[in-house]
Amino acid sequence: MDTPLHDDTGALPGDFAIWIFIFAELLVFGVFFLAYAFARANNVELFNESQLQLDRISGAANTLVLITSSYFVVRAVAAIRDDDSRRCVHWLAAAIGMGSVFLVIKMFEFADKFSAGISLSTNTFFMFYLSLTFFHFMHVILGMVILAAVLFKARSGGYSAASHIGVETGASYWHMVDLVWLILFPLVYVIH
Amino acid sequence: MQFQSQAVAKPYFIAAIGLFIGQILFGLIIGTQYVIGDFLFPEIPFNVARMVHTNLLIVWLLFGFMGAAYYLVPEEAERELFSPKLAIALFWIFLVAGALTIVGYLAVPYATLAAVTGNDLLPTMGREFLEQPTITKMGIVVVALAFLFNIGMTIIAGRKTVINIVLLTGLTGLAVLFLFSFYNPINLVLDKMFWWWVVHLWVEGVWELIMGAILAFVLIRLTGVDREVIEKWLYVIIAMALITGIIGTGHHYYWIGTPEYWQWWGSIFSALEPIPFFMMTVFAFTMVNRRRKEHPNKAATLWALGTAVMAFLGAGVWGFLHTLAPVNFYTHGSQITAAHGHMAFYGAYVLVVITMISYAWPHLQHNAPASNGRAQLLEMWSFWLMTVSIVFITLFLTGAGILQVYLQRVSDTPLPFMVVQDKIALFYWLRLWTGVIFFVGLCLYVYSFFAKGKETLASS
Repeated sequence: MDTPLHDDTGALPGDFAIWIFIFAELLVFGVFFLAYAFARANNVELFNESQLQLDRISGAANTLVLITSSYFVVRAVAAIRDDDSRRCVHWLAAAIGMGSVFLVIKMFEFADKFSAGISLSTNTFFMFYLSLTFFHFMHVILGMVILAAVLFKARSGGYSAASHIGVETGASYWHMVDLVWLILFPLVYVIH
Repeated sequence: MQFQSQAVAKPYFIAAIGLFIGQILFGLIIGTQYVIGDFLFPEIPFNVARMVHTNLLIVWLLFGFMGAAYYLVPEEAERELFSPKLAIALFWIFLVAGALTIVGYLAVPYATLAAVTGNDLLPTMGREFLEQPTITKMGIVVVALAFLFNIGMTIIAGRKTVINIVLLTGLTGLAVLFLFSFYNPINLVLDKMFWWWVVHLWVEGVWELIMGAILAFVLIRLTGVDREVIEKWLYVIIAMALITGIIGTGHHYYWIGTPEYWQWWGSIFSALEPIPFFMMTVFAFTMVNRRRKEHPNKAATLWALGTAVMAFLGAGVWGFLHTLAPVNFYTHGSQITAAHGHMAFYGAYVLVVITMISYAWPHLQHNAPASNGRAQLLEMWSFWLMTVSIVFITLFLTGAGILQVYLQRVSDTPLPFMVVQDKIALFYWLRLWTGVIFFVGLCLYVYSFFAKGKETLASS
C-alpha cells in the first residue's frame, strides 16, 4: 500500500494518492468559496446583515481548537520520527479529542440556528453558511476516522522512524481540514 | 482462460452484442422518424421505438456488466465461480424476460401491456427508462440478487482484491438503487426526485465503480503494471466519482419543485464530475505508457484507451456544458441533453463493455491471448468507425441543440417547438446518416469475430 504513484514524489509527505485527494478536496471547497463570493457580490447587504446573526465567538473558539489539533498532529509525526510509538499515539488521541471538541461546539451552533428557524431555504447566505459548514463538518469526521485508523496502527507498533508514511498521510489530510476552516471562518463569519 | 467457470461469460457477451445490434436498429428507426414523422407509423410509433432503443441499451449493458463480472471475478478471486449453473440459468431467465418485455412493447399498446401485467396492483410503469412492466422489474431484482449472491460467494471464498471489492460494491449499489424504481409517489416532484436516484446514481455513481474496476482489471492484464499502483488510482478515482456524483444528483433538481439550494449544490458538485473521468484518462494512458510487456491484443488496448478518452469527453466535457444552473435554465431537455447522452453512454459504458469483451473473447473462444491480426484490424476499424460516428452524432446534436435553444428560448421572438424542429431538420438528417455509418462500424465489429487470419493462433 505504501508504494507511491510516482517515483519522484519529491517533497510531498505521506502517500501521493492522498495528495491527489487533498487537491481534489481543495478544488471542491475552492469552487464553493468562489460561488460564495459571486453570490455575495450580488447581494452584499443581505450577506452582511445575515452574517451578524452568526456566532463569531464559537467560530473563533473552533479556529483555535483546530489549530491546536493540527499542532498535536505535528507532534505525533515528530514523535514517530523519534521512533516513539507511544507518544505518537498520545498526540494522535489528543488531536482526535480536539476534533471532537470542534464537533460539539459546531453542533451547539447548528442547534442554535435550527431552533431560530434558520434553514437552507432561509436565504442565499444561510444556504452557503449551512452547506459550507456542514460539508466541512463531515470532513472533520472523516479526518478523525483517518487519524483513528493511524492511531490504531501506531498502537500496534505498525510505524517506526524508518517507515511512517501512514502517519504523514493522515497528518496531511488533517491539515487540509484545518486549512479549509482557516479560510472558511474569516470568509463566512468575519469579512464584511 | 485460467478457470473453466469463466466460460459462462460467453453467452452474456453474445447476448450483449445481439441486443446492441437491436438497439442501433431502433436508433436508426427513431432517427428516421425525427425527419420523416410517419415512418413505420402506426406499426412502430416513435415513443415505442425510443423506449426500445433506450431499454435495449440498458439491458445489453447489464448483460455486458454481468458477463464481465463472471469473467473477471474468478480470475481475481483465484477460484472457480461459486455456481456456473446458476449463472447460466440466470442468463436464460434474464434473456427471456427481456425479450418478452420488448415483444410486449412492440406487440400491444403500452396501456394494454400495463393492464395485462397488473400494473394497477403496484404501479411502477410509465416513467422514462423505467418503462418495464412491474413483473419484469421484479424479475430484474431476482436476477440481480442471485447474480450478486453468486459472485459474492466467489469473492468471499477467494482472494479479495481491490478490483473485486470495487466491482462488487458497484454491482450491489446498482441492485439496491434499482429498488427505487418501485417507489412511485403520487407527488410528481417526489416522483422525479427519486426517479433520479435510479437513473443518475446509476450512471454517475455506482456504474462508474463498475467501469473503473473493469478498466483496472483489463489494464493490469494488458500492461503488466503493478497491481498496487493501479489499485491506488482506482481508490482515488472512485472516491472522487462518489464525492462529486452523489451530491451532483442536484443538477437534475433545478426548477422541478425542489428547494432552490439544489441549484448551488447541483452546480458546484456536478461541475467537478469531469475530474474522476479526467483522472481515468490520465490513469489509462500512464499505465499503457509504463507497460512492462507488449500484449499481443492491440485491439483491447485501443478500446481501453478509447473508453478513457470518450468517457471524459462524453460524460465529463459534454456533461459540464449544460450542468451549471444558469446554463441549464436554457438548455434543459434540449438536443444538448441528447448529444451528451449519446456520447456519455457510448464513451463510458458501451466502450468499457466492448473493452472487456475484446480482452476476454480470445481467451474464451480460442484459448489464446489475442485474436488473429486480421480480426484485430477489423476490430480497430470498427472502433474508429463507431467512435468517429458518435463524435459526429454528438456534434450534430449539439449544433441542433444550440440552434434549438436560441430559436426557441433565448431569442427576442421565440418560435414554437415544432417550427424550430423544422428549421433544424438538416442536423437530424446528418445525424441519421452518421448513424448509418455507426451501424456499418457495428457490422464490421460483429464480422471481426468470424474473421480468419493467415497466421496460426498462438496458444495461451
